[in-house]
Amino acid sequence: MTSTPVRDTAARDTADHPDAADHPVTAATPRPPHQARLPLPAARGPVSGALVAALTSGPPADDAGERLAPVRAALAAALAAHAPGSRDILDDGDVQLALLVMYELHYRGVEGVDDAWEWEPALLAARRTIEGPFEAAVRERAGTPTGTETDAPAVARRLFDLAASDDGPSLSRYVAKRADAEQVRELLVLKSLYQLKEADPHTWAVPRLAGAPKAALVEIQADEYGGGQVGRMHADLFARTMRGAGLDDTYGRYVDAVPAVVLVALNTMSLFGLHRRLRGAIVGHLAAFEMTSSIPSRLYGNGFRRLGHDEGTTEYFDEHVEADAVHEQIAARDLAGRLVEQDPALRDDVLLGAAACLAVEGDVAAYALGRWQEGGSALREPLDAHA
Amino acid sequence: MRDAAVEVRVTACPDGPLLVRGPAQIVDAKGREIEKRRSTVALCRCGGTAIPPWCDGTHKVNGYRSGDGAD
Repeated sequence: MTSTPVRDTAARDTADHPDAADHPVTAATPRPPHQARLPLPAARGPVSGALVAALTSGPPADDAGERLAPVRAALAAALAAHAPGSRDILDDGDVQLALLVMYELHYRGVEGVDDAWEWEPALLAARRTIEGPFEAAVRERAGTPTGTETDAPAVARRLFDLAASDDGPSLSRYVAKRADAEQVRELLVLKSLYQLKEADPHTWAVPRLAGAPKAALVEIQADEYGGGQVGRMHADLFARTMRGAGLDDTYGRYVDAVPAVVLVALNTMSLFGLHRRLRGAIVGHLAAFEMTSSIPSRLYGNGFRRLGHDEGTTEYFDEHVEADAVHEQIAARDLAGRLVEQDPALRDDVLLGAAACLAVEGDVAAYALGRWQEGGSALREPLDAHA
Repeated sequence: MRDAAVEVRVTACPDGPLLVRGPAQIVDAKGREIEKRRSTVALCRCGGTAIPPWCDGTHKVNGYRSGDGAD
């Protein structure tokens, strides 16, 4: 990690951000990628365009509500254009990007946007306007599963059954056997928005839990964060994989490249993670995520090896084969199962989170496979167009 | 979950691996220590893993049943 050369983008970040300026980048001390904010995305339509314009107009003040008026207007028009009760919002890249930017204020922040926007009431009100129909659409997409399980082993079994019966297409099998060099680079780009902040959306749940489920979540997350060692954090391993494949591992570097379906998957995690009332759903999401990782990770690793990538590049996947075989057991029984034992009213939310994870991640896989099978790119523009 | 009263705890996961928590030493047939790269590890119990002695999730696709009636 520390051998990463200083990039142009890193130098620009330093100029833009006072906190980075406190730690000036020199040739001797390359700036770690961990400090990067989300690059300011390019607008995908009137909503994200109005939002980016408002947020980059300086810190919020008493006139924040007025400055967000164009965002509210664009949003009202966009939502009115969706068929009532439909899942159109999941296909609306403009609205999804706006929501992603709003959520990102709670993570690393956004380049050129003052951090005070994070808790600006007028912005939170606009976010709620998106979250209402977004949550409804995610619930419908997930199929609102219900259950009768009351103890941890039964909840775990139900979650394993849900994951096993998921009939989404297998991206990992395609990567193992057939993907070409460019397609695996695209795969990394599609994953990079999440994987460079891997585990963060689930960490929001830590202070919202207590007792056994909290201890279980901490046990998993500690491993996700490399047992507290910089360079062993899973996000760091993913960054190394990106570099090995010749990609830029700057946080959020490819935000403009990913299709709406990826933004939906990210926003689903943030929706569940940032709302205490949905703590059951973020727990279920984590359980399903872990349960669909160890075997696919082996297949991804095999695909990268088939294409001649070295051990450093495949380590991210190799690590996940072993780690997630541990995590899925802890997540199913000790985390999700014990949470339901503690608070049976959360059971259906746990199942919702798991089903939503399988659905939206499956949509990403189906989209990428569909594009590749048509001979196209799974990104909004092929990577070489950015070179 | 760690129990403060127990130093090493092995959990038999239904139809799955053995989860080992605490300062257990894992050794091979010659007594040489196999390095644990995380504080909690999962030992394969189905025999199908590609990364022995660790679990790689294969039990979920090879029909393994532990039959230990853990629930």
